[in-house]
Amino acid sequence: MLDKNGIAKRIAKEIKDGYYVNLGIGIPTLVANYIPEGINVVLQSENGLLGMGPFPFEGEEDADLINAGKQTITTLPGSSIFDSALSFGMIRSQKIDLTILGAMEVSEYGDIANWKIPGKMVKGMGGAMDLVASAKNIIVAMQHVNKAGESKLLPSCTLPLTGVKCIKKIVTELAVLDVLPEGGFKLIERAPGVSVDYIRQATAGKLYADDDVPEMAFG
Amino acid sequence: MINKVVSGPEEAISDIENGQTLMLGGFGLCGIPENCINALVKKGVSGLTCISNNAGVDDFGIGLMLQQRQVKKMISSYVGENAEFERQLLSGELEVELIPQGTLATRCMAAGYGMPAIFTPAGVGTEVAEGKEVRNFNGKDYLMEYAFEADFALVKAWKGDTAGNLIFRSTSRNFNPVMAMAGKVTIAEVEELVEAGSLDPDHIHTPGVFVHRIFQGKGYEKRIEQRTVRTRN
Repeated sequence: MLDKNGIAKRIAKEIKDGYYVNLGIGIPTLVANYIPEGINVVLQSENGLLGMGPFPFEGEEDADLINAGKQTITTLPGSSIFDSALSFGMIRSQKIDLTILGAMEVSEYGDIANWKIPGKMVKGMGGAMDLVASAKNIIVAMQHVNKAGESKLLPSCTLPLTGVKCIKKIVTELAVLDVLPEGGFKLIERAPGVSVDYIRQATAGKLYADDDVPEMAFG
Repeated sequence: MINKVVSGPEEAISDIENGQTLMLGGFGLCGIPENCINALVKKGVSGLTCISNNAGVDDFGIGLMLQQRQVKKMISSYVGENAEFERQLLSGELEVELIPQGTLATRCMAAGYGMPAIFTPAGVGTEVAEGKEVRNFNGKDYLMEYAFEADFALVKAWKGDTAGNLIFRSTSRNFNPVMAMAGKVTIAEVEELVEAGSLDPDHIHTPGVFVHRIFQGKGYEKRIEQRTVRTRN
């Protein structure tokens, strides 16, 4: 079973040289720490920056330079800055190669819910609905089950949706799964030491697994 | 050259009235029109509809206007950082319309570009789509979203000139240029106001035609919402 950093490390393997990538808040942010050596990627921050660098050194924070999580950041050589409408223009026109975001629920048809729990304070969807509606390549990073022990991979979402039929790949602490176009989760890899039966128990939606599902490889 | 300069925030916002709709630039607390917000708090206008990506924090930004119960409705994409906001929302004092961030930016853009509506896939199949026209283009569904109408747009720039031309700095640009284009009356506050002719025309982000009033702001606090740093090795 993986921890959050393990999930981030496995997702980082999906990033290819030359990718423009948008990372959501939470586990997706950690992915930046595991981008392999020699792979050139440009991170987009949807408030209006391409080429997001690491946090500034103490004392060098700039209130005018923040990411979509409102954290102080830096630029890198080759960075560019633009307004928020243009930023979502590059998202809508699919110039961003990969979007990685968290989720509360994903359905076996690739629907995603990650912005609202009825009865609880609703903070808003931010850029999530724009990203999932337009991105050609989305990976969801999340825990396989919620704190109550219930599966987050469902036949259909119970929470208000963020987007419909848009998720194609999910990485959890237990597994890498593809969402099949005809519906259902296809088990691609198991976390080290986790059995197919264990993953099946934790998956409420339809799960398809071959006889021999490989363990995740790192590095 | 037409001179757009006013004496300060009080004069700039003097004709904003109860019940009007305002756009306020900024993302979080980054690039917000601090001087205009303080002047609105002092003036005490109420019943305002505010179009702004966020709603400030309890004691800064739009949060200051919420404390004085000046806001009737917020149109935002994310409002997480404000306890007074939550209290007013749950008690029914405050109306909130949450919309996708790209939709918010693009509805501003449409207003500034003179287009009545845009089509976006954001929110298709979700509760955001309720009551909205859906059109299919090349096999994909899109929602029709209308251009915003705002009586005033309040924006913050880094530099500006007496003709109203604006240059923004770093990611404090965010919603400011599109809102500057979208207001029926646009008020720009700048950190440094210079004579027309001092800025390179090639470097202007917002042409002065969109800006009706400009002044040099004072005492920018530029509060940081999430101070994140790394340590030197």
